[in-house]
Amino acid sequence: MTLTVNGKTRPLGDAKTLAELLATLGVNASKKAIELNGQIIPSSALTTTPVADKDQIEIIQFVGGG
Amino acid sequence: MNALIIAGRTFHSRLFIGTGKFGSHDLMRQAIETSGCELVTVALRRVDLDKNPEGDPLLSKLDPGKVVVVPNTSGARTAEEAIRIARLARAAGGFDWVKLELTPNLHHLLPDPIETLKAAEVLVKEGFKVLPYINADPVLAKRLEEAGTVAVMPLAAPIGSNLGLRTRDMLEIIVANSGVPVVVDAGLGMPSHAAAAIELGADCVLVNTAIAAAADPVGMAKAFAKAVEAAEEGLNAGPRAARATAEASSPLTGFLWQTEKG
Repeated sequence: MTLTVNGKTRPLGDAKTLAELLATLGVNASKKAIELNGQIIPSSALTTTPVADKDQIEIIQFVGGG
Repeated sequence: MNALIIAGRTFHSRLFIGTGKFGSHDLMRQAIETSGCELVTVALRRVDLDKNPEGDPLLSKLDPGKVVVVPNTSGARTAEEAIRIARLARAAGGFDWVKLELTPNLHHLLPDPIETLKAAEVLVKEGFKVLPYINADPVLAKRLEEAGTVAVMPLAAPIGSNLGLRTRDMLEIIVANSGVPVVVDAGLGMPSHAAAAIELGADCVLVNTAIAAAADPVGMAKAFAKAVEAAEEGLNAGPRAARATAEASSPLTGFLWQTEKG
């Protein structure tokens, strides 16, 4: 059971929801954008959105830029 | 000069600053505060899950009460990618201003005009306040304005080049015809370049590399702020037109060598 997070394969582990997965990865979801299989997931839905084998996830942050 | 208003928001400084390349977030914050800048750009990138899963604290260093934070779509090569980034920025931070930046060629980083217009049309319909980064093309600038962008951001020279106003003639045409504010973006290397952009009629400038990569970024931010202020004050003071021939500023009478014969 694996998923692809930010372009890299990772074990799914015990995570059942996006919120649990983020906690496992040590990600603070504040001011981050989360995409699940190309769909943006609002922060309010992280605890109710399930993750499954082979999901594609993007975790995006703001950085310095011109 | 008229007050600078973009999308209904009044800006008191004609200097916008990009937040890339600063040696530290504190230097960035000081440069922004010292200059009085009220609009900054930021970028979106993947969180580095191995090295820094908590993420970059950049946004916590910016005061949304003082500066408008404008995410850019840097890294996008197509309209589709730029639209995706804009939507992610809105989802992540509630930002609805976006600097549309579509640079398919990483060597020269010049913007793709066709993809930029396509993306602008979609994002305007979705309620974004779109500021497109473009080459200094007056026809494209007008097409984007007609598509509903809140400003246009023509380049002075390639990003990060510090070459100054290489597109001056085209910028003058854009300024003369634009119904939306003109932000001269990219390539301004010295405060004098920024002043010259304001003097030719631009509403404001966006500077990143020249400030962030200076030996003293805070000092350079201050210098750029003074330059755009000086240019504005000069314009408000009513400059005399340039002329091709001399016009003496000292009296042409009473010379010491004059005799009765003249």
